[in-house]
Amino acid sequence: MADLSSTRRTRARRTLIFAAFLVALALLYTGYKAFGQAIDDSQRDWWVVGSFLPRSDDKNMPPVLDILAEFGEAPREGGTTIGRLTLDGALFTLREAAVGFAAGTIIGLAIAVVLLQSRRAERGVLPYVIASQTVPLIAIAPIVVVWGRTGLEFLPWEWQDWMSVSLIATYLTFFPVAVNGLRGLQSPSPEATELMQSYAASRRQILRRLQLPASLPFLFPALRIAATASVVGAIVGEISAGVRGGLGRLILDFAGKYITGPERLYVAIIGACITGLVAVGVVAAAERLLLARRGIVAQ
Amino acid sequence: MAQDLVLEIAGLEKTFNPGRSNAVTAISDLYLAVRPREFVSIIGPSGCGKSTLLRLVGGLIEPTAGELSVNGRSAQEARLGRDYGMVFQAAGLLDWRTAIRNVELPLELMGWSKLRRRKRAKEMLELVDLGGFASHYPAELSGGMQQRVSIARALSFEPSLLLMDEPFGALDEMTREYMQTELLKIWRETATTVIFITHSIPEAVFLSTRVAVMSPRPARIAAELPIDLPERTPQTRDTEEFFRDVSLVRRTLRSVEGQ
Ligand SMILES: Nc1ncnc2c1ncn2[C@@H]1O[C@H](COP(=O)(O)OP(=O)(O)OP(=O)(O)O)[C@@H](O)[C@H]1O
Ligand SMILES: [Mg+2]
Repeated sequence: MADLSSTRRTRARRTLIFAAFLVALALLYTGYKAFGQAIDDSQRDWWVVGSFLPRSDDKNMPPVLDILAEFGEAPREGGTTIGRLTLDGALFTLREAAVGFAAGTIIGLAIAVVLLQSRRAERGVLPYVIASQTVPLIAIAPIVVVWGRTGLEFLPWEWQDWMSVSLIATYLTFFPVAVNGLRGLQSPSPEATELMQSYAASRRQILRRLQLPASLPFLFPALRIAATASVVGAIVGEISAGVRGGLGRLILDFAGKYITGPERLYVAIIGACITGLVAVGVVAAAERLLLARRGIVAQ
Repeated sequence: MAQDLVLEIAGLEKTFNPGRSNAVTAISDLYLAVRPREFVSIIGPSGCGKSTLLRLVGGLIEPTAGELSVNGRSAQEARLGRDYGMVFQAAGLLDWRTAIRNVELPLELMGWSKLRRRKRAKEMLELVDLGGFASHYPAELSGGMQQRVSIARALSFEPSLLLMDEPFGALDEMTREYMQTELLKIWRETATTVIFITHSIPEAVFLSTRVAVMSPRPARIAAELPIDLPERTPQTRDTEEFFRDVSLVRRTLRSVEGQ
């Protein structure tokens, strides 16, 4: 039985460790910067450290406090702040990723259940599932967007550009879900299946009461990978397909203004990291909810 | 076929992968009849086909030839009619379900109402002396306790035939003897017929009304020895009659293996 106070204690400890990690990261960044600048400033005409390691002047590595301050800056006087723009972009990207992730999970599970039905189907189809991941998504993304604009009129709803980006997340998600899901569905011992048969359980009952619950511990690692891949995939997809509204576009915009204000790009990158963490966090919370009550306290 | 038999097997044969180079005839020309309320132990050399026999009886695999009827119908029909409770060496509990929810599983599949199956599962857990562990997960139970949950589950829907494949094989000696006494108690209380596979001769003698000795592969029933102990309590294991029957079974097994 999970003891509540001890769960709370581990959670508090984990939060503390994470905060310490962030502080350490900031210190490392600042420390390297101070070290590099101290040496490089001793020489006027050439970079000592900066010629073979990342350059540490304020243009290349803006101070941490400047980056943090940039969240509150507005590009136009009285306009939306950079932090707000990043948040809006993050929510837009998160929606793309979430929709694609959900669709990918459903499709992946469906494939796993179909392949489960026969070894022959598994042997015949699985190589194609694996081969599907060799398609270079960056190249495909623009095609998918054009497709979405022109070729999907038969759909009952109007196809939006962001849905094409979701499709990329779907593509990245279905694969690990199908492969790990299949392994999980196959994980019950032959005896466990025979026991179900001795209760005259139907195939569907065996799937629902035995195979699906048994697959969860196999599924969640895949879902966690897929969650981050969905966010990264969505950002890359936005950039390569020119979809506006999300983090991808924001990163592209800010990268264009890097020379005059490098802090902005750092803000967008931090925003992208947080978005990815949120996605994994949601999956991890679902995992804890579903798996913790198994006696063997998950993790 | 006689109606008063729970199990009747005639000329049973099972060949795995027939016609291929890796064909194995596990069972050949096997005869066995079991009456209601009997406790029949099956003992035999390792790998002779005991588990195969049990799975044939349970309708989990199809025989290659021969006849097999359970309560006057085919093994498949009996399985679909839920005539069997099965217990394997591994308890096979679903580790995401509590003890009581594990016992409820077959009842759930049969569409019992929540209230009814809760009540029955509770009774069954009490029958195996685990009334206080209803909300424990398998990981929180000892091996012997898990096996008792497994027995409670097998009996929950009152099958007419309990099929057990080395159910106590993974338990230590003390737990094992305790479980044997427990099983006899349950057997008396529930009016079930039991077919019990074991590697332990004392276990077979202590539990059974009859011991069937199987020959090496391809297996048949080489000898059937009725066991007629006056009573079966933990003290029985130290009696003259018990030793006599144990050595009788041992000699029979040895002569069968030597053939
Ligand atoms: N599914 C199968 N496919 C092929 N051969 C099998 C299969 N199941 C069992 N056999 C073979 O049938 C024979 C009998 O196996 P079985 O498991 O019934 O023996 P057993 O008497 O239960 O053995 P043990 O005492 O070790 O439990 C063995 O030779 C085994 O290799
Ligand atoms: Mg066996």
